[in-house]
Amino acid sequence: MNKIMMKGTEAIGEAAIRAGCRLYFGYPITPQSELTEYMARRLPQVEGTFLQAESEVAAVNMIYGASSVGKRVMTSTSSPGFSLMQEGVSYIACAQLPSVFVNVVRGGPGLGDIQPSQGDYFQATKGGGHGDYKLLVLSPSTVQEAADLTGVAFELADKYRNPVLIFADGLLGQMMEPVSFSDKEVSYDNSSWALTGAKNRPARQVTSFNIDPYGLEKMNLELQKKYKLMEENEIRYETTLTEDADILIVAHGTMGRIAKSVVDMARKDGLKVGLFRPITLYPFPYEALRKSAADVSLVLTVEMSSGQMLEDVRLAIAERTRVEFYGRMAGVVPMPLEIYEVLKQKIGRRS
Amino acid sequence: MDYKVAYKMPRSLSGKQFTYCPGCHHGIVHRLIAEIIDELNLREKTIIVAPVGCSVFAYEFFDVDGTVAPHGRAPAVATGMKRARPDLTIFTYQGDGDLAAIGTAEMIHAANRGELITTIFINNAIYGMTGGQMAPTTLLGMKTTTSPYGRKAEKEGYPVHVCEIIKELQGVAFLARTKVTTPRDVMTTKKYIKKAFQAQLKGLGYSLVEVLSTCPTNWGLSPEKAMKWLEDNMTEEFPLGVYVDKVGDAK
Repeated sequence: MNKIMMKGTEAIGEAAIRAGCRLYFGYPITPQSELTEYMARRLPQVEGTFLQAESEVAAVNMIYGASSVGKRVMTSTSSPGFSLMQEGVSYIACAQLPSVFVNVVRGGPGLGDIQPSQGDYFQATKGGGHGDYKLLVLSPSTVQEAADLTGVAFELADKYRNPVLIFADGLLGQMMEPVSFSDKEVSYDNSSWALTGAKNRPARQVTSFNIDPYGLEKMNLELQKKYKLMEENEIRYETTLTEDADILIVAHGTMGRIAKSVVDMARKDGLKVGLFRPITLYPFPYEALRKSAADVSLVLTVEMSSGQMLEDVRLAIAERTRVEFYGRMAGVVPMPLEIYEVLKQKIGRRS
Repeated sequence: MDYKVAYKMPRSLSGKQFTYCPGCHHGIVHRLIAEIIDELNLREKTIIVAPVGCSVFAYEFFDVDGTVAPHGRAPAVATGMKRARPDLTIFTYQGDGDLAAIGTAEMIHAANRGELITTIFINNAIYGMTGGQMAPTTLLGMKTTTSPYGRKAEKEGYPVHVCEIIKELQGVAFLARTKVTTPRDVMTTKKYIKKAFQAQLKGLGYSLVEVLSTCPTNWGLSPEKAMKWLEDNMTEEFPLGVYVDKVGDAK
């Protein structure tokens, strides 16, 4: 298959178009504006529609509108912008509207900076907006994986009628790598729910609203049933040299990629280090991680945050194994040698 | 005897009983919209975007496909729908808090883009559903639960005049302010609503009809006194008439 050199952000845009997405609504924000610009350029070439919204608040509601009439649609943003979208994301999750969001995460909190971060993990996986809902969250670690998971994102969005979030960071977004695309356009059937005009059928509604608590609880139970199905069927992760590992690093996205270099360094020194890389952050691969960590003496979670995924790692492993953490915040990216030094220190402290 | 149907419920109303208070004008405006949807033969391709407010259930009262948007975001939701399905007719139904406070940005930018959607804007100078708080359109001196001593310009600013603000935007194709307190007003309002939908159908741009309406419950007046209060106070603050008309008169 032909490979093209592309930035991560652009690869996500192209993959979305190949997956059949013809609508994009967004608002410029660093470090993901290249994706917005790519869609502005590409969508008219494929008879699609690009619209620059007046804010992220408007953009997410345009997503709501376009999805409710049955069209495949996406947006992309970066941390402060995704915070602004949370109201709409909650409505979209409750109204069960398929849609794809890309958050190219940057340093926070507040205006923060524009460097790579993973500090939005809690927002992505534990709610973000109000109410009991979940996004399907995918965390790619290379440009190729970002392109592949974009296709997967549209597929899953349609399959579960749920918003899907691609959790990227500025490093992945700005990095150029060779990438190839699948031309598999996923077909889907939305004839049972999309608002297309009440022709030859009774009028129908798409809402996130039910004034009767018992009715709303029923809607919630439907959602929970769906999330259970996702947990049963959609867990993705990658393991590297975990079979004989005595020490396990857990890292996702860009950190997962950097951690691979740490595994290489450690193995050259004869240390049996393996890597567990969650690809779906929700549903989180608790069971698989528990198995991979069953025979290790130390788990080191590495993140570009103060330790957010760490809580899920601890949930998976409980008290069975010592869980340590190393992270940098605010857009500082930990380097392989730096992590390796930390790892050796933690090994040394083992009692 | 030979009977002829002179008056019946519009096909585009669902028949579900309205949840509005006695003397409230939502019901009249709902009916007018439904009559226009019928007359223009749009029922099978129309989508209503309901707001947050007393008319949050509006999508249940019309026999057309519908949704309810987050508070103030109806023009953005409608934009997404129209851009995705330009063949559908999309209208938003919004109150003054929804449209002129929390949703000001979405409304102004949809208008400025000349979005091919229609907005019916109910201005009753108060927040109805939450129980009578100050609205952006609350009159000076008017007492509400959050302006209990009367709205003061130096503290809360002035009533927002939506038509006057957006009439200069080039994307606006039809814009009018009206009321429904007399039969003549009702006929005029119907004419405006029809033109607003025609602006959309002809692809001319954004259209908005502002209807000055009563809220007897939260104004603390009987329905009859509320009508008089509207006539005596609101029409002076909010001048009636057509502000933009690019539709022209159909022959």
